Amino acid sequence: MADVAFEQSRIASAGGVRRRTSLHNALKRKSTMAFLMTLPLILLILLLVVYPAFYAVHLATLNKSMARFVGFGNFEFLFKRETFWLVVKQSCIFAISAVFFKALIGFIVAHFVHNVPAKGQRKWRGMLLVPWVIPPAMSTLAWLWLFDPSYSAFNYTLSAFGIGPIPWTGDAGWARFSVILVNIWYGAPFFMIMYLAALKSVPEQLYEAAAIDGANWWQRIWYVTLPMMRNIIAITALFSLIVTFANFDIVRILTSGGPLDHTHIFATWAFRVGIEGSDIPLGASVSLFMVPILAVAAIFILRDVTKRGNEA
Amino acid sequence: MADVTLRKVIKRYDDVEAVRGIDLDISDHEFIVLVGPSGCGKSTTLRMIAGLEDITDGDIMIGGDVVNDVPPKDRDIAMVFQNYALYPHMTVAENMSFGLRLKHYPKAEIKARVTEAARLLDITDLIDRKPKQLSGGQRQRVAMGRAIVRNPKVFLFDEPLSNLDAKLRVQMRIEIKKVHQKVRTTTVYVTHDQVEAMTLADRVVVMNHGRIEQIGTPNELYHKPATRFVAGFIGSPAMNFLPCRLEEVGGKLNLRLTDRIAFPLPPARAARYNALPRSELLQLGIRPEHITESHGHLEPGVESFDTVLDVTEPMGMETLVYFGLDGVAVCGRVNPNAGAQDGAPMRLAMDLNNMHLLNETTGVVL
Repeated sequence: MADVAFEQSRIASAGGVRRRTSLHNALKRKSTMAFLMTLPLILLILLLVVYPAFYAVHLATLNKSMARFVGFGNFEFLFKRETFWLVVKQSCIFAISAVFFKALIGFIVAHFVHNVPAKGQRKWRGMLLVPWVIPPAMSTLAWLWLFDPSYSAFNYTLSAFGIGPIPWTGDAGWARFSVILVNIWYGAPFFMIMYLAALKSVPEQLYEAAAIDGANWWQRIWYVTLPMMRNIIAITALFSLIVTFANFDIVRILTSGGPLDHTHIFATWAFRVGIEGSDIPLGASVSLFMVPILAVAAIFILRDVTKRGNEA
Repeated sequence: MADVTLRKVIKRYDDVEAVRGIDLDISDHEFIVLVGPSGCGKSTTLRMIAGLEDITDGDIMIGGDVVNDVPPKDRDIAMVFQNYALYPHMTVAENMSFGLRLKHYPKAEIKARVTEAARLLDITDLIDRKPKQLSGGQRQRVAMGRAIVRNPKVFLFDEPLSNLDAKLRVQMRIEIKKVHQKVRTTTVYVTHDQVEAMTLADRVVVMNHGRIEQIGTPNELYHKPATRFVAGFIGSPAMNFLPCRLEEVGGKLNLRLTDRIAFPLPPARAARYNALPRSELLQLGIRPEHITESHGHLEPGVESFDTVLDVTEPMGMETLVYFGLDGVAVCGRVNPNAGAQDGAPMRLAMDLNNMHLLNETTGVVL
């Protein structure tokens, strides 16, 4: 009997040692340690991102008084509203055109700064980053004054050439133009700095090889610069597309979605419907509609980035 | 194919003169190697020939035409870069054909040229791969292929082997030589590796501080260096330089190295150096292979002396021995079976028939 008890305790202690060893081994693994070290951040993300996201999904399935489950009822209601499709169209126009011009201007300016001699480059970089550094709510207020129908600095300047006055925020077309313009002004420096970093990483010898191969300026851009920058262009465009699609402050301050909802985009309309219209579930449904659109864009862009990641 | 001529070419960056008025005539089909230490102006010279750097003054001619203001693409040259400079997003075939595509060559001709170059360089199987999928040696071949398909007047190589490991470098050196033997295009090759320079070149141009120190065949540079710089730069291990003076003893000319070591000069050398003032500050230049173990019978002009070895380096086919003469470190090459050991005394022999005498002040070989 004593022998059996001894044997059992030995087995138990061996089991304990094994458990301790496996725990020790698990802790020694780099992946476990990395996971443990990132755990606080993961929990923070869960709290700040995942919980609100699921809560938004939950909200979108409730009725206006948030007392009854209506399933896809809010979405069905949205699909039938003309304003919703106007917002979808405007959001796409706003995001795509703003991102396109931000990328184009960012690329051109990055080239300009890249070719500025090293001495003066910091000064230019600093100055060109100013729009991106100023809080957009503040800078948009300045733009609002520039677009003012009565005292507009733009109209005053244009009047000297016999042009105008232009209803910058009063006409649907001009209002769309204005919000896109301000968004481009605000976001182009981000593209500029990203593209500048990418340009600096293109080996000079590739340009020299291309010059010897007979490539002119445009062919060097087309065959060397752009392919070498494709990944950064794609990632920057995706990032900007997401941020621009979800933009709120510029439109809210400049036009509040007007005139006649013609500059509303998802975020501002969700605010209008959800907060100002006191229909939180419908507002949540509007903002959730951005997810599938951006997810499709993200999948396509990131798939391309991964594919090309093996080339460099 | 064409000859290349440089006339009084100067390159100045602000107040720094990188190339100081060099003259160089490169014949058609010739393989010229520019060699020298870092910052000697060899790469700048090559880049000026390529048109990648403007020249400050002078003339560069390719095929008899002055090309000072001609852009690189119109000079009909091809260049192989140190880092290969292959376009990472293009396949091997696309990399090789890029120049031809830009010039709108017919597709059939492009394909034929790429296939031929790939066959020549043994990279036919790699034609559809991207540069990232290639080893260093393969990338180097592709870079050469890109140059070959253009069928240019001049090939320019800018330290093309310096990124390869020692074994591959030897292999690629032979490949480059074979390719030149086949295509016979005028070639200007820049390297800081004197072994590459000696093995590849028809003629070597040794550069230092933006000037040409000497131009000659590898053998000329090795056996008849014009300056101390060339004598010290060409050859590995480097030539030994020992302070010395000439003295006349009993009507014969002696070379005094230290208070206790003085050798009579061989008749040919004595005649050559007889006119030199005895007070002139001189240096003896002698290559390690001309300091060997002493045999019983010494050839005329070979003199023996006793020393204590500091360090020995067995290399297999030979042993390098290091010892001091009046505080100057000297290297010799002895037979591996000569019994050389660290710290041991040894009788060595110096072959004065192959000595060089240099002016200590000017560094000119006398």
